[in-house]
Formats: sequence, C-alpha cells, structure tokens
Amino acid sequence: MLRLFMKGNEAAVYGAILGGCRAYYGYPITPASEIAETAAKYFPQVGGTFLQAESEVAAINMVYGAASTGQRVMTASSGPGLSLKQEGISYSAGSELPLVVVDVMRGGPGLGNIAPEQGDYNQIVKGGGHGNYRVIVLAPNCVQEMCDLTKAAFELADKYRNPVIVLTDGFVGQMMEPVVLPEPITEFQEKPWVVDGTVKTVNNLISSIELEPEDLERHNIKLQKKYKTISENEVRYEELYTEDAEVILMGYGIVSRVLQSVVDEARSEGLPVGLLRPVTLFPFPTNKIQELSRTAKLFFVSEMSNGQMFDDVRLALEGKSPAKFFGHMGGVVPTTEEILEQLKMIFNELKE
Amino acid sequence: MLKEILKKPESFYDTFFRKPGANPESTHYCPGCGHGVIHKLIAEAMDDFGIRDRTIMISPVGCSVFAYYYFDCGNVQAAHGRAPAVGTGIKRALPNSIVISYQGDGDLAGIGGNNILQAANRGENITVIFVNNAIYGMTGSQMAPTTLIGQRTTTTPLGRSAKNEGYPLRISELLATLEAPVYIERVAISDAKHVLKTRKAIRKAIQNQIEGKGFSLVEILSPCPTGWGMSPSEANKWVDEAMCKYFKLGVYKDVNGSAVNNNTPAGNIAITKDEIVSLLGSNKPKDEKKFVKPEADENYKNPRIKIAGFGGQGVLLLGRLLSESAMLLDYHTTWLPSYGPEMRGGTANCHVNISDKRIGSPLVSTPDVLFAMNLPSLDKFENEVRENGVIFINTSMVNRKVRRKDVETVYIPATRIADEVGQTKATNVVLIGAFAEYTKLLSFESVLSAVKNIVRKKEFWETNETALKKGMEYVRNNRAG
Ligand SMILES: Cc1ncc(C[n+]2csc(CCOP(=O)(O)OP(=O)(O)O)c2C)c(N)n1
Ligand code: SF4
Repeated sequence: MLRLFMKGNEAAVYGAILGGCRAYYGYPITPASEIAETAAKYFPQVGGTFLQAESEVAAINMVYGAASTGQRVMTASSGPGLSLKQEGISYSAGSELPLVVVDVMRGGPGLGNIAPEQGDYNQIVKGGGHGNYRVIVLAPNCVQEMCDLTKAAFELADKYRNPVIVLTDGFVGQMMEPVVLPEPITEFQEKPWVVDGTVKTVNNLISSIELEPEDLERHNIKLQKKYKTISENEVRYEELYTEDAEVILMGYGIVSRVLQSVVDEARSEGLPVGLLRPVTLFPFPTNKIQELSRTAKLFFVSEMSNGQMFDDVRLALEGKSPAKFFGHMGGVVPTTEEILEQLKMIFNELKE
Repeated sequence: MLKEILKKPESFYDTFFRKPGANPESTHYCPGCGHGVIHKLIAEAMDDFGIRDRTIMISPVGCSVFAYYYFDCGNVQAAHGRAPAVGTGIKRALPNSIVISYQGDGDLAGIGGNNILQAANRGENITVIFVNNAIYGMTGSQMAPTTLIGQRTTTTPLGRSAKNEGYPLRISELLATLEAPVYIERVAISDAKHVLKTRKAIRKAIQNQIEGKGFSLVEILSPCPTGWGMSPSEANKWVDEAMCKYFKLGVYKDVNGSAVNNNTPAGNIAITKDEIVSLLGSNKPKDEKKFVKPEADENYKNPRIKIAGFGGQGVLLLGRLLSESAMLLDYHTTWLPSYGPEMRGGTANCHVNISDKRIGSPLVSTPDVLFAMNLPSLDKFENEVRENGVIFINTSMVNRKVRRKDVETVYIPATRIADEVGQTKATNVVLIGAFAEYTKLLSFESVLSAVKNIVRKKEFWETNETALKKGMEYVRNNRAG
C-alpha cells in the first residue's frame, strides 16, 4: 500500500481535499502555517480557491460566505487566531453553516509561545463565542488521523449543518508519520438551504437573526435537539486494555500518545492500567466513562493545560469515582517516565 | 420620474413576509430615511438588468440589517463589518453570481475598515453600496467614523472634536488611491436630482460586475432624520449643506478595468480519485517497490533516536531520512522536529522513532541512539542516552570523547568525509550510512531510495550515494572488535 510520509498539517489538507473541500481561506500562524502553505499549493490544482485573508476575522467570514453557497470550505489557525474567529463561528452555528476549522494549539494565554499546548479546550469545546451553541470537535492524535478526521469533519459538518473543529496541537501538526490516503468522497448530499445564485434557491436566506424572543428560543431549542442527536450518534473514542484496568488513563491529542507508551510500560511492569482516549471532545464519551467507572478504581487525566478536559471527566463521573489530574502548561509535554512515576504512587495509595 | 422610481420593483417582495409585526407592506425604516430609497434604486436596477435570480444580497449589521426583508433574491446576513469578506467567499465560489454588499458607515468604515480596504485592494468583482449617514443609526445615534466635526451624537454630546476623535473618514478618496478598484463615486440622495444621479451610479456599479470589470463602490450620503434629531426635510437640507461640503460628490475612480481575480475557477470541479491521489502523491514515491528488511541486531531494534546539531547541518533532514527509509521497510515511524524561530541560527534537534509496533509518544526523552553533530549537542544530551545505547559522534565538529562508559560509541569524521565527496551538506547522509551499517536496521537500498525521495535535485543523487557508501564503509573498516 502506498504510504506517504508527511506532516500532520499537510495531512489535514490532504484529508480536506479528499473530503471534497474546494476552498481555503486563512491567515498564517505558527504552528499551523503549513496548512495554509499546503492548501496554497494544492487547492488551485483541484479547481479550488486558496486565499490568504487579511486576518483571521476576515478568513472565517470568507468561509462563512463560501459555506453559504454550499461549497465545502475550511480555515485553520492556532489559539490567537481562533480567539478572533469566535464571532464568525458563533454566527455560523447560529446560521447552521457547515464548515471546518483546524486549530493547531500553541501555548497561551496571550502571545504565549509556539510550543504545543491544549489550553484552547474550553474555547473550542465549550463554544468560545457568544450564544448557546456547540461545535463538533474532533481530536486527532496522529498524522493519519489528521487526514482521516479532517475528511470526516466535512461529512459531519454537512450532515448536521454545523461547524466542525479539528482540535490538535503543535506536535501533531508538526510531526511526520506515514499516511495511507483514504478514498475520496465523491457523493455529496443535496443542500436545499444554500444561497447559490440560482432560481432554485432564490428564496433562501442565511441568517442568525431571530428578533422575537419566542422565535429565537424556538431556534435555540432546535439547535439543542441537534446537539443531542449528535451526542447520541457521533461519540468516538479509542480504548486500550480497559476491561481489567484498575486505573483508566485519559488524555487526547499528543498526550494520548504519551499515555499509550505509559500503558505499554505499565502493563509490562504488571500494573493494570488502561487508556480511554476521546476522539470526539464534543460529543464527549460520557457514557463510556460512566460504564468504565463501574469497574475501574480511579481515573487519571493528563493534559497540557490547567485541567480543562478534566472538568468534563469529573462531570461525567458525577462523583462516583475518584479522578486525578496531572498536567503541564506553557508547552511542556509530559513524559512517559514522569507519568509512570505518578501511577506507581497511585497504585501504592490504592493498596493502602 | 421620481414617481416611477418609487413604484415597487419586481426584485422587491410583494409583501415583506420575513418582517415580523403588523405591517408587512411597509419597510422598517423611519420616515425620511435614505435606506428605503436606496433599496428601491438597487431593486429597480436588478429588475432592469434581469439579474434577480443570480443576485446575492449581503445584509450588514446596522439599520439595514433587515435588507433581506425586501430584496427578492438570494440573501446572506453578515457579521458587523464583514460583508466584504463574506462577499469574497461567495463570489469566489460563484463567479457568475452578482454579489452586492450593502453597508452603513459604522459597518464599513468603522469595524470593517480593513475588510473593505482589502476587498477593494484585491479587486473583488463585487458591488458595494456604502450608505454614509454620518451616524450609528441602529444603536441610537452614536458617533460614526464619518460623523462631522462639531456634530452632536450620543457619544459626542458636545460635538465631535478633531482633537479627541480625529477627522471624519473620507472612504471614497481613500479607496480611490488603490490600484485595483475600477469605479468609485460619491453621490447623495437629498433631492430628486441627486436621486437620479445615485440611480445612475448604482447601475454602473452593478453593470461593472455583470461585465466582470471588478470592484465598484458607490458611497451615498443619506439622511438619518431620527439619528440627527431632524425632520425629513431638515435632514435632506443637512445632507446638501453640511455633508456635501466635507464629503465632496463626484467620481473618484472610473477606469476601464477587468477584474483582477475575475477568472477564479468555479466551485466544485469533479475530479476522480485517481486524479486526486496522483496529484497529492505526485512528489512522493510512486514505486511500491518491496525492500528487503535486514535483520537488525537485538540491541538496536525499535530505537528511539535523538539527532542534534546546528541549524543548517541537516539535522532535521537526517531525521527524515531515517524515518522515510524505515517507512520503506514497513516499519512504524515518527519524526518530530524542534520548530519555529528557535531554529533560526541556533540549535536544531529532532526525535525519530522506528518500531515494529505502533508508536506511542513521538517524544524521545531517553534516547537509545543519539547523533551528536556538534559539541554543544554532545554536552547537552550525552547523559540522556539509555544504558547500552549508542552515540554517533561527528568528530569533525566534536573534539572530545564521550565521558560515559556505559554506552557504545561510533566516532566518524562525517563532515570531512562529506567534504571529500564534494558536498559538505551530505554530512547527514554519511551519518545515516554509518547508522545503517552499525545497526543493520536499514538497508543501503532503502536509504538510497529515501534520499532520492527527499533530495529533489538529481544532480546531487550521485554525491549522496557516494557519501552513503563512504559512511557505511567507514564503520565497516573501523568497527571495534
Ligand atoms: C461586533 C459588534 N459590535 C457592535 C454591534 C452593535 N451595532 C449594531 S449596528 C451598529 C452601528 C451601525 O451603524 P452604521 O453601520 O452606520 O449603520 P446605520 O445603522 O447607521 O445604518 C453597532 C455598533 C454589533 N452588532 N456587533
Ligand atoms: S435611525 Fe436613521 S438610518 Fe436608521 S432607519 Fe431611522 S432614519 Fe434610517
């Protein structure tokens, strides 16, 4: 099978093109810039549009315009750029526009640094813009998934008429791994709601306005129902050795790769640990966590943040199992060794 | 004439069904407001050009946020100030549509200033109708970027002062300095004569787009009786006497251009799997040649590798060569670089994993193999190497021995050998040759193939092949024991 060796950021563009995306609007930022650079190279070659926008604000609004026409379209950035895009994402959620944003997280707050971090979790998963909305959040942890999940993002976006964010970090964006190209999407659903400059759609309107409170509440309720359907149908996760695990490790993105190594090492030392990695952060694998809490003694969550996903794990656990957090911030990546050490301490405590 | 203009155009909805409340026949604008008149002029032009079906109207944020109540065409409502960006996305996806961006002065000249500037500068083939009423109507008469000096608003209760708020922005003049726009005119709608001129300007701005000429903008000085606290007739008079004095009417730009980006490709071009795959895989190995996997010595299986040196020494490339060669031998592999500005001029390092099994952390904190391409790298990373690990030392750049006794060492003057081959840059190829020979993890063929995939210029292939052979040879001849 043909394997191509590429960066996570490049793979996102490959996935997008195979997912039928034909327009890219973006503004450069480390560590996401290769996405724009790769898009600049390939989009024109597949009959698509690439445009470097004047800002992230402009980029997301260009995406909003293109999505209004039914075109599959994307943008990508990192933390500071995502902060700027939030208004546009809120508008898109309100107008129910399908579009894809890739966030290659870096260190914050403020200008922070360009090292990998996971401090955008709250602003992405909780809907960092205004209003009662959710976006679907996919969290790849390898280059193959950067390709596959970005492709999947376009299907999910169209299926639910909702923005989808691919949330990853500087390491997954910058690292190279072999990738097997997936099949391209060739069949697209009709989008009767678009405004595409034809008689058929001339009566359509793309808008997030509902002036009357009752109408806007109705619109909000409809959105909440959609989010519920998404929660019921689109949860994705990966588990490793969870059946007999006394301690369940949880992490997403690059941290889950470290945890994978930790599990291997720990198992070889006879420690019964397992890994639950959320692939979707919204919807969150709440049911799975609850199911595992019946057999596991403790949940151990690691993130490169101040524990933003940890809050969601605790919410899911409803106090029924203890949970511990171990994290780093500022671009420091936890090592296999230090997490193993933590685990050994935990197992000693559990014995007592 | 005026009467004829004010008749309901076809491109207006018969009843404004989207408008909530009791009066679906009348607009939501105040009596004497300029927006209603301007809407009708646009709709009438849409009728006459026969473009209703392919017109997409962008409603801004401002009093005209509900423009979509009225225009019987495709409608998109945009965030405050972003209509030109939204219009860009629409027009690029649908080059045959007619995109009209309708914006107030707060929207266009205030919050969206950069968006209009950049869209104009790109020469987007769209029509912008810019309604300058010198105030924020919708939010209750606050100052706009176009508010006149001395004009009282709710946020300039004593009148706008140049000292505190600066001068009113002349958008038409500003945009007319740009290369790309083809047509920019400022008009007014204070009386019938001016309305006729406005009608003509709007038509021209739309016609330009139909003909694919490029970016056109009509700035319309427009009364806001409510915001100004005037009667409709006083407001019209104020447009004529106060506004026209500062904002001079006239054509600021009218060139016979053709749109800078008029020939952007149309949306979703069908493209086959084979086309996409061959395009995406175009610069990558196409031959799915099978390489024979050598049997690596036990101590060197599944190595976690760290490579360190100066930026420019080919540190990252050595990592890629290791990974790509391993990939060709069907190993799992990861390559993780140090990235960003720290690399400029300074030190570079990268982490490579090669394994029979799926790889967890790509991060190498306890390397099995270290490549020290210069002295600082050896100083920094010597102690991280695991017991019985291997350190490859580029002795051309490192003038000391490894201090640890519990590791294996491979000393090789890689830079000197590369120089002898005639290409200093091939230092990393010499080193990978040494690695392949020493560990038996990679084969000569797999490395050579990886070199050819990465080093695009064919004229370097031969020297690289020699460098690879020399690296292998050096280890074969100098291996202890
Ligand atoms: C991001 C954002 N900031 C502020 C507002 C509030 N707002 C709505 S309309 C408006 C001013 C509009 O003025 P202008 O563009 O001159 O249009 P007019 O109402 O005068 O026609 C403002 C500030 C908003 N909707 N969004
Ligand atoms: S406030 Fe001014 S701009 Fe707004 S509708 Fe009334 S008159 Fe028109």
